[in-house]
Amino acid sequence: MTYRVGRGQVLRALDGVSLAVRPGEVLGLVGESGCGKSTLGRCLLRLVQPSGGRVVFDGTDITMLPERRLRPLRQDMQMVFQDSYAALNPRRRVGDLVAEPLRVHPAPSGGRRSRGEIAARLAELMDLVGLPQTALERYPHEFSGGQRQRINIARALALSPRLVVADEPVAALDVSIQAQIVNLFMDLRDRLGLTYVFVAHDLAVVRQISTRVAVMYLGAIVELGEADAVLHHPAHPYTAALIAAVPEPVVRTQGLPPPLRGDVPSPIAPPPGCRFHTRCPVVRERCRVDPPLLRALPDGRDVACHYPLVEERAGP
Amino acid sequence: MLLAVRDLTVALPIGGRLVPIVESVSFTLGAREILGIVGESGSGKSVTSLAIMGLIDVPGARISGSVRFRGRELVGLAPRAYRALRGREIAMIFQDPMTAFTPVYTVGRQIDEQIRAHQKISRSDARARTVRLLGDMGVPDPERVAGRYPHQLSGGLRQRAMIAMALSCNPALLIADEPTTALDVTVQAQILDLLRGLRRDYGSSVLLITHDMGVVAETCDRTLVLYSGLVAERGPTGALFAQPGHPYTAALLDSIPPLHGPRPARLPSIPGSPPAPAGRPAGCPFAPRCAYVHDSCAVRPPLVACGEQDVACVLPAEGRPLPPRFVAEMSA
Ligand SMILES: Nc1ncnc2c1ncn2[C@@H]1O[C@H](COP(=O)(O)OP(=O)(O)OP(=O)(O)O)[C@@H](O)[C@H]1O
Ligand SMILES: Nc1ncnc2c1ncn2[C@@H]1O[C@H](COP(=O)(O)OP(=O)(O)OP(=O)(O)O)[C@@H](O)[C@H]1O
Ligand code: SF4
Ligand code: SF4
Ligand SMILES: [Mg+2]
Ligand SMILES: [Mg+2]
Repeated sequence: MTYRVGRGQVLRALDGVSLAVRPGEVLGLVGESGCGKSTLGRCLLRLVQPSGGRVVFDGTDITMLPERRLRPLRQDMQMVFQDSYAALNPRRRVGDLVAEPLRVHPAPSGGRRSRGEIAARLAELMDLVGLPQTALERYPHEFSGGQRQRINIARALALSPRLVVADEPVAALDVSIQAQIVNLFMDLRDRLGLTYVFVAHDLAVVRQISTRVAVMYLGAIVELGEADAVLHHPAHPYTAALIAAVPEPVVRTQGLPPPLRGDVPSPIAPPPGCRFHTRCPVVRERCRVDPPLLRALPDGRDVACHYPLVEERAGP
Repeated sequence: MLLAVRDLTVALPIGGRLVPIVESVSFTLGAREILGIVGESGSGKSVTSLAIMGLIDVPGARISGSVRFRGRELVGLAPRAYRALRGREIAMIFQDPMTAFTPVYTVGRQIDEQIRAHQKISRSDARARTVRLLGDMGVPDPERVAGRYPHQLSGGLRQRAMIAMALSCNPALLIADEPTTALDVTVQAQILDLLRGLRRDYGSSVLLITHDMGVVAETCDRTLVLYSGLVAERGPTGALFAQPGHPYTAALLDSIPPLHGPRPARLPSIPGSPPAPAGRPAGCPFAPRCAYVHDSCAVRPPLVACGEQDVACVLPAEGRPLPPRFVAEMSA
């Protein structure tokens, strides 16, 4: 996926990313700002068109599908964004906002939904996301950030999607509210059998909710595997550095690990070889010229590093 | 004592009446100490720091209580005297470095000017000092960076440049309002490392304002927890995190998903959300959300000693302080 960024320059926001989202899983996408998490999320839902590669949803190649044919599939895939306020038109009542997708898309039977059907569905959705029925009559500004995010979630769930891409859905919330919304996402997954792609920069939030985790750096996936394996025994030096950098709310007895040096390089001119080599604490000569490919380790995870931090041979 | 804040109350006009935004905030900050002020959005962290800096410029605002800096009372200080203090003895950095720099001059020139505004030295001496400061802040190739415009720098470099500018006059007190909130974690770790080094290298004290309990735990000697404009708890960081005395502090820590150890099936969360200043309950402001609320909470609880901390809750005085917090061992 590339963006044109002026002066004939091209920014490769995603570079040869391959991943499969399994039904019923929560795939966490983590990485620092600008690594391409949102772009990947948008590509999956075909909200942007990738410049190369394929996106297949439930057996259908949607990479080139025209909008008209994409539309019925859109009901099955929804997105929830970070900014709970920007996503909601302040002049419309919550009931209208949540009902909008129900009015725009036809019912499964093909026809339009009746007023009664819509009202019943709205009542159901309010219960689902933990809002009182009276919320339907009120306006977005009358709600707190956490409640507005519940409204956004209700709207995303209106058409009973199977896949929800949530892009930093709790990043703007205070921790005490964040916990409520993370719990809500987990409850909804269990109750509705949803599949999530959960984008977040907060590793602890991602670990809490995800079955698998993909770690991205400068437009590429550098590590992908079971959440506990990746976050407890990272194989990629970048994953390890990211985990070490998270400030934890416990007072440590030992000193802190030395922080990673330098900034993320510009995605317009990523470093040759391994894109992490300019900051990697265990870089070797080969890394400067030879780009590592994503490959499977014996424990089942994928890593893009010549010298991963975990045992390469299967253990005893 | 470098800074002693006592009963600081800031009331702002909202909808035609004066509403106390922060109420009776008290704390002290010693030389070379880092104090964290932590609280959720809207708890009054920024208003507290702006009041200390004399930067509340809302017409009709009322500030009462006492802010003593090096023994001198700042509440009621004339604007001119305040201006002389700011930048020289007290400096402030913000979440967004772009607010500290103008886009039209190079970063180096702006730091040079700041130095020359407070000290009579030549341009070239000021530049030498700027380059040294930038280097001290961990800026690679500081001479080149000094020649750049703010928008040409990465977020991390801009933040370092802003801290360099704040430190250019060797302030005794640095107030940092969410200095790392907009940064990536790996860059945040660098900036926190830098802040921890300031007392050693510059002898500065730091008032660090953040909403992130992790940042406080890793950076601050002492911590002040604000809830709805009031102090809920304050004390040494180690004790406060190991055995919080206020139900809010404890619940807040519990609601943070752990990065190590077993994953909880559900995150303990706090029901509801904090009250707006105008709707703050008369008694304990946390009462509507507190798991321990009872009759005596209807009167605003004063700060009382509880272990090594001071806690604004009736439980310690009633002889039933909170149990120690269970924290999973960090895996090696
Ligand atoms: N519409 C666009 N035009 C040009 N460049 C873009 C556009 N959208 C994103 N980019 C660039 O593509 C890269 C990836 O951006 P993306 O938003 O996917 O990152 P992200 O991982 O979601 O970051 P964040 O954590 O900040 O949300 C970045 O370098 C970004 O600047
Ligand atoms: N100029 C103002 N007029 C009226 N109310 C204000 C003004 N500035 C701040 N407030 C209110 O004062 C309260 C405290 O605000 P403050 O900015 O200090 O919070 P904060 O703790 O810094 O929050 P955040 O984490 O979001 O920065 C909020 O309820 C806010 O709406
Ligand atoms: S390939 Fe080399 S530079 Fe890249 S992460 Fe692995 S060790 Fe580091
Ligand atoms: S005073 Fe009462 S309501 Fe307030 S924190 Fe203590 S127990 Fe809870
Ligand atoms: Mg994004
Ligand atoms: Mg603030």
